[in-house]
Amino acid sequence: SSFAHQHFLVGVEGRVDLPLSCSFCWGNSVERKIYIPLNKTAPCVRLLNATHQIGCQSSMNGDTGVIHVVEKAQDLKWVLTDGPHPPYMVLLEGELFTRELMLQLKGSSRISGLAVAISKPSPAQGFSPGLKCPNDGFGVYSNDYGPQYAHCNWTVWNPLGNGLAYEDFSFPIFLLEDANETQVIKQCYQDHNLPQNGSVPEYPLCAMQLFAHMHAVTNTVTCMRRSSLQTAFSLNPEEVCDALSDYNVWSTLKPINASSKINPVDEVIIVATRIDSHSFFWNVAPGAESAVASFVTHLAAAEALHKVPDVQMLPRNIMFTFFQGETFDYIGSSRMVYDMKMDKFPIRLDNIHSFLELSQVALRNSSVLWVHTDPVSRRNESIQPQVETLVEALINSSVGANVTLQEVGQSQPLPPSSFQRFLRAKSIPGVVLADHRTSFQNRYYQSMYDTAENILMKYPEGLSPEETLDYVTDTAKSLAEVATVVARALYQLAGGTGNTSAIQADPRMVSRMLYGFLIKTNNSWFQSIIKQDLKGLLGDELPQHYIAVTSLVNTTQLVQYVLANLTGTVVNFTKEECLNPEKTPNPEKEMYVYTWVQGSRDPNSTSRVPFCVQSTVHLTKAASPAFELKQWGSTEYSTWTESRWKDIRARIFLIASKELEIITLVVGIAILILSLLATYFINAKAHVLFSSPGDGGTVAY
Amino acid sequence: MTTAVFIGCSFIAFGPVLALCVCTIAAEPLSLVFLITGGFFWLVSLLLSSLVWFIAVQIGGSNNASVKKNFLIFGVVFSVLLQEVFRFAYYKLLKKANKGLMTVSQEETIPISVRQLSYAFMTLAIVPLHVFWGIVFFDACEKKKWWAPALVILSHLLVSGLTFLNPQYDGSLVPSYIIMMLMGTWAFFTAGGSLRNLKLCLMCRDKDFLLANQHPR
Repeated sequence: SSFAHQHFLVGVEGRVDLPLSCSFCWGNSVERKIYIPLNKTAPCVRLLNATHQIGCQSSMNGDTGVIHVVEKAQDLKWVLTDGPHPPYMVLLEGELFTRELMLQLKGSSRISGLAVAISKPSPAQGFSPGLKCPNDGFGVYSNDYGPQYAHCNWTVWNPLGNGLAYEDFSFPIFLLEDANETQVIKQCYQDHNLPQNGSVPEYPLCAMQLFAHMHAVTNTVTCMRRSSLQTAFSLNPEEVCDALSDYNVWSTLKPINASSKINPVDEVIIVATRIDSHSFFWNVAPGAESAVASFVTHLAAAEALHKVPDVQMLPRNIMFTFFQGETFDYIGSSRMVYDMKMDKFPIRLDNIHSFLELSQVALRNSSVLWVHTDPVSRRNESIQPQVETLVEALINSSVGANVTLQEVGQSQPLPPSSFQRFLRAKSIPGVVLADHRTSFQNRYYQSMYDTAENILMKYPEGLSPEETLDYVTDTAKSLAEVATVVARALYQLAGGTGNTSAIQADPRMVSRMLYGFLIKTNNSWFQSIIKQDLKGLLGDELPQHYIAVTSLVNTTQLVQYVLANLTGTVVNFTKEECLNPEKTPNPEKEMYVYTWVQGSRDPNSTSRVPFCVQSTVHLTKAASPAFELKQWGSTEYSTWTESRWKDIRARIFLIASKELEIITLVVGIAILILSLLATYFINAKAHVLFSSPGDGGTVAY
Repeated sequence: MTTAVFIGCSFIAFGPVLALCVCTIAAEPLSLVFLITGGFFWLVSLLLSSLVWFIAVQIGGSNNASVKKNFLIFGVVFSVLLQEVFRFAYYKLLKKANKGLMTVSQEETIPISVRQLSYAFMTLAIVPLHVFWGIVFFDACEKKKWWAPALVILSHLLVSGLTFLNPQYDGSLVPSYIIMMLMGTWAFFTAGGSLRNLKLCLMCRDKDFLLANQHPR
């Protein structure tokens, strides 16, 4: 009959049935019966720099393969040699995602793709897809400057780094973030693909298809050249890649006029942290220890300093700088140094008195914080005493706090840090604070496992989101101690003479920031400090800190608003005055930035009480100078670009054997030809076949 | 490679129809008109019966699988009866339009589902079944033999009911093909065929037959 009686599903038992009464469902119901889409996935995309392409690529119409679950190393043999139905799509347990296994897969032609199930808990032996020597060649150490320190000859900073994120794979690799989806795939595999007692599994088999076709190839030079040709000559330009770029956030303790240059005699102390991270997969970058803990400490120190009553009278200014894109060969700091050299920034390199950078500070071993300095610049007689003053100020500030500051050996080089870019331009006295003496304490540097658990943030069970926001973790207390030390040291370095024991960072504020930047951005405090019409900024999923190619990612905006809230003052302006400060002329207004924030919600009503915040927080472009200068093959500046793509998705379904498909086609053609012949024959003889003698009556064709 | 399966199943399901259309309908413009009208009548009958089923399901409104199946059975029976009513209505219309000529051709589509080959073969059986039913039905209405349309309705119900036995395809496909063969034979004889004519045709003695049967007018 013409009704579709049967609504049975594509053989994936144990799956939830589609409700039959879904009559007005959007979408193709036939498609839903065949394919199961995998929604909670993250792809591996292609990134390019001046000389190489890294990441993964799939075919134009996706790569399909028979699923095989690899839970132990022996399972790989089926995929590489034994299995009779290549190509295979491997579902890999997170523990087995190592360099050796990946190089084996890379060399095989029987693999059409890989899906990695995130390992919970994180692998005990550590995992870092970054390089052993991060940002090598773009720091300060080279053959001309401290050659014995170049290329990590002295200290290998990231010994656990396997460099997987910097390899080039010709098949797609996806991350399965949801354990339920992984279970669905494994169930499909167990129902159809398991070899029964050593015999070969029969069709239909469970297969997975991954779509992640990347448009850019070879390197940045090639893809930028193609993109610029497109934009110049095509009516409908199809660009193939975009430069990684965003904005740096900076703010000064004493307000300065951002549109003009400061007095050449004025001195500024720069405090710096990075705010971005990376991992093997696109837009998966929790970066707890590598970025978040550092910039949260920095924000807390800025807040503590602004509370000091006599800061506006300090002889030297302090600039709090948050660099974006440091993971990709120092995009933010190289751009700022370039702007300072080209006189496009209010502060020049000569104004810089000293530099203090907070590297990874969350995993302090027995409360020791290490002070790293640059041995090459310290050989200079004018730099050495200034560095010693810096270190002394830090050590003095740590008295009474639960932080022990120790200098690393004087001949040890600087770890990868934004300070190295400033040293490339000019010898400046500076220190980098870190929780590691030689190699990183972070065993998940730039990986998907660098989460809140990695910095030992523990919350008791059964708390509501509001209570979790305000709960002060031990991590927060420890970071607050570091912030206190930094704030006190900065006060002294800026020429402050008062008692520093009153300068304290607020652990509750640190805990709120850690919660907001590591667990959930959509909390009540963040909601109260952002502008009114920014709905997409706060989300409920885990925050990620990848620089991306779109301008102003969430992290940059949130750091900007938090810094404004912590270091700014509330002023009594109306919304009109706040949004248009130039309408009421006042020389003071040029030094400040005014933001109209939506305020917190009244407990009784549902409306918010907005107010105007006056702060000195500015944004400055963080795009590599290589793209400004169109030197796409530059070895001096970062040249990282991200490929463009059209469609990234994943799905699983059952596939039939090729033989059955060919048989179907052949039978169909045979039936067609047969029926054509039969009908023609019957039609030609119809007058004979259908006539009874003497009866010329009813004739039906 | 699912394109190959699509083409294969389409040819299996609609090969005979395509052959019929190409050889018989396309030559005669009037028969094309009858084809389209017949198809339209059948589609309208399907639409009305689906509407009735849909309303019944909404009123009944339960998520129970067996209740839904009962609704479906009711829907199928009602649809078969409605299709036959429309077939009768079409017959009446054709009679009114042109007493001398009756051409029936119908098309039918079955939504594609997973067990493509089996469903394609079911379609292969259903399409000629409708052709044969039409032949028998119209001839019986012409000759006022009212037991024949009743048999047609019963066999239609039987074939539709057999599809409820899916996925046991041997239970549904084999009897459907047997019924198709029987109906085909009945339609052949109704249309004026006979064993003698078939023998003549197959042994290529038709020329002699024609010469012998010529009536001087």
